[in-house]
Amino acid sequence: MDNENIQYAIQMKHITKRFGSVLANDDVDLELRRGEILSLLGENGSGKTTLMNMLGGIYYPDEGQIFINGEEVTIASPKDAFRCGIGMIHQHFKLIDVFTAAENIVLGLEGEKGKLNKEAIHKVIRDISDRYGFEIDPDQKVYNMSVSQKQTVEIVKVLYRGADILILDEPTAVLTPQETEKLFAVMRNMKADGKAIIIITHKLHEVLSVSDRVAVLRKGKYVGSVDTRDATRQSLSDMMVGRAVSLNIDCPKYDNPVDRLIVDHLSVRSKDGVLRLDDVSFTARDGEILGIAGIAGSGQKELLEAISGMQTLEEGSSITYIDPKTGEREALDRLDPLDIINLGVRMAFVPEDRFGMGLVGGMNIVENVKLRSFRRGRSIFTDQRFPQKQATQIVDELQVVTPDLNRTPLRRLSGGNVQKVLVGREIAGTPRVMMTAYAVRGLDINTSLTIYKLLTEQKMNGVAVIYVGEDLDVLLELCDRIMVLCGGKVSGIVDPRQVTKEQVGLMMTQLGGESDAQ
Amino acid sequence: MHSEHREPLIRISKRQGMPFWRALGIRLIAVALALVVAAVVIFAIVHMNPIRVYLSMISGNFGTKKRIWYMLRDTAVLACIAIGLAPAFKMRFWNIGAEGQMLVGGIATAFFMINFAGKMPTPLLFVCMLLSALAFGAIWGWIPGFFKAKLNANETLFTLMLNYIAIQLTAYCVSKWENPFGSNTVGTINSQTKIGWIGNMFSKGNNGDFGWTVVIVLALAVLMYCYLSYTKHGYEIAVVGDSRNTARYAGIRVNRIYMRTMALSGAICGFAGFLAVSAVSRTISTSTAGGRGFTAIIVAWLAKMNPFIMILISALLTFLDKGAVQIATDYGLNEYASQIVTGIMLFFILGSEFFINYQLRFRGKHEKAEKGGAAA
Repeated sequence: MDNENIQYAIQMKHITKRFGSVLANDDVDLELRRGEILSLLGENGSGKTTLMNMLGGIYYPDEGQIFINGEEVTIASPKDAFRCGIGMIHQHFKLIDVFTAAENIVLGLEGEKGKLNKEAIHKVIRDISDRYGFEIDPDQKVYNMSVSQKQTVEIVKVLYRGADILILDEPTAVLTPQETEKLFAVMRNMKADGKAIIIITHKLHEVLSVSDRVAVLRKGKYVGSVDTRDATRQSLSDMMVGRAVSLNIDCPKYDNPVDRLIVDHLSVRSKDGVLRLDDVSFTARDGEILGIAGIAGSGQKELLEAISGMQTLEEGSSITYIDPKTGEREALDRLDPLDIINLGVRMAFVPEDRFGMGLVGGMNIVENVKLRSFRRGRSIFTDQRFPQKQATQIVDELQVVTPDLNRTPLRRLSGGNVQKVLVGREIAGTPRVMMTAYAVRGLDINTSLTIYKLLTEQKMNGVAVIYVGEDLDVLLELCDRIMVLCGGKVSGIVDPRQVTKEQVGLMMTQLGGESDAQ
Repeated sequence: MHSEHREPLIRISKRQGMPFWRALGIRLIAVALALVVAAVVIFAIVHMNPIRVYLSMISGNFGTKKRIWYMLRDTAVLACIAIGLAPAFKMRFWNIGAEGQMLVGGIATAFFMINFAGKMPTPLLFVCMLLSALAFGAIWGWIPGFFKAKLNANETLFTLMLNYIAIQLTAYCVSKWENPFGSNTVGTINSQTKIGWIGNMFSKGNNGDFGWTVVIVLALAVLMYCYLSYTKHGYEIAVVGDSRNTARYAGIRVNRIYMRTMALSGAICGFAGFLAVSAVSRTISTSTAGGRGFTAIIVAWLAKMNPFIMILISALLTFLDKGAVQIATDYGLNEYASQIVTGIMLFFILGSEFFINYQLRFRGKHEKAEKGGAAA
């Protein structure tokens, strides 16, 4: 066999990990060769992060063996992982905000006795940066950094500790396309230097562009691996979901859409006085999905929060809701969320930060579903039966996987299941206006398709849907109209059938995009 | 690199929940262990028969009818304060001002008892005492809630500082109401007429029993449990406690909840002050709260905001406290020595929580089981 010529950085054999009754990894074998970039692909909850956490020393496998460079090892703690040369970059950064980059990098290292040799440390950091092409200022405080800079610190941190096996857990989820390209360039440099890298990602085009080999997990089991040069988007997604999934998203037409929500001259300032939304005007209609495209941080968050009553608006802004029954116009600016509820406006909102807003991590599914319905009835007590019924329905219809509806706190569920609960609850409130921000972020293809289907159903039920998205392919297929934001201003509202992805991309980066130039 | 294959000796993992009887069993084992260890310590330090010391502790709590009632009374008052703290803590609002809220409630109660006894019908007097105690406590709790809502003032410092104001206020009132003159104490209020006293439930004479106090606090525990678990208010409090932004998102007006809940929390602590003055001591002094406002914080947290468990924890702390005093008097011991015993007890009981929430897995044990499973 040619296996004998291949040197393995990592071999995981027959790894099994259970959480209570949930089997997260079931007899998984995974191999990582020296000097390669391996993509670990799988749907949400397929056990990718669990598997990697066992390499990082966060979890300990219930069964199975791990070999590093051919030797069997025990990884019982992150320290053991470092000793094996494994550096893990988690999805959520583990940095101390008030420390500088350099301080974070050496944090926890023993170093010389009682001394912090700043210059020596800086020199090592600079060497690492030069070698792989990082841009990093060792003296910058973490709280002043952008997300991608923080990620750089995390990567340099593990390199500083001499890691030659790197594991990146969804590193691109928080990056802009340009930053992603930069990261990939760095990864290729590291590979050329002989490092072995595992990257977890959902984005198939990234898998294809950066990795040498792809390993696929499905429902905790190892499906197999393929060389990237032999793979296509279709073949990978087939492996992931186990059957052919059509990537075509339906966009049926709704008969005679009616204006539902009119946003006029909307401006919002952040707490420190920066104009986040600048004179935004648009109309959302019944039976339409209005897509909002834009580079992350172009005012999408503020826009949805302003409509739902959670932002203070600037003078001259107006948001008008047209009552579908009476046709009356209600002004929603100046109202807070409770006022809007009391007005009888049924608005659904799936915010970007699920646990920071929208869900309560410490509560179970039923109590989270209750969040939208706890005011029912005039009694001082909350209705217990109604949310129970709703929650059961959501779990059944959306196939939410949870050990116990009434016991397990939401925080313990996987990202996809959490999102299903949130979207399910919002739809259960039979909204007239439905807003979603990055509803499929971090979700696998199958769950994403479920969400698209649900949104389209809502649209065909006559709901005005506002869909803030980041994947332009999806936006173009799913939406009836797309509003492009650029730096808080409307760059244009376009018909997705009439534009190309490139045109929209250009509008995201400069006001008006190409259409202005023509 | 370490080449030998070695599993850590002990691994700690979180349990997925445990049946009630098993948790109870673990707690009982902890108590038994504590008794054994404390016995060794007692013997080593003071060379006394541990069993006699334990009997002395029990006698300190249950020796006479009077001691039983005292034990129940102190348990009830401590539990009452803890119940008052529950909604604030559930909201993640660090109310450490129970001491002060209790004192102002006591001041209000004493004010009416001293100035209006005999001048208005006694039922009306009781209503005034009760309402003013609730109102004063509520205001004392509402103030930090208000400043948290408007200025995001740190509630921990704020409630703590209000304690000192309440203590000074009490000292001032004591000097005003001093009786007899020059004693610098208020003395027993209405000692002749007993107007404004919550008296015995079952027996005659002075302090024959404290049935009313116990019954009232039990009722309060039920009410608070229902409030936190089943009402809309309770739900709002829980959401605010977990995430302010999620609360805002759901149309919960967070600032309003802060003020409302803190007023409630303060009112119940004020009510504890009412009980302390009207049912227990019939006087007011700067030590009417006596640190119980702080002890109640421990009670509330140990009970994880469950009012019924708060009663049990209060009973335990009171039992240990009274037992320590009894040992000290019975054997002429320094009270600190007897507190070592209570310390050991608490250590084991708290320690048992760890074993209820986590499990230890020892090296090798389950590997065998798995091999057996694989072979089968």
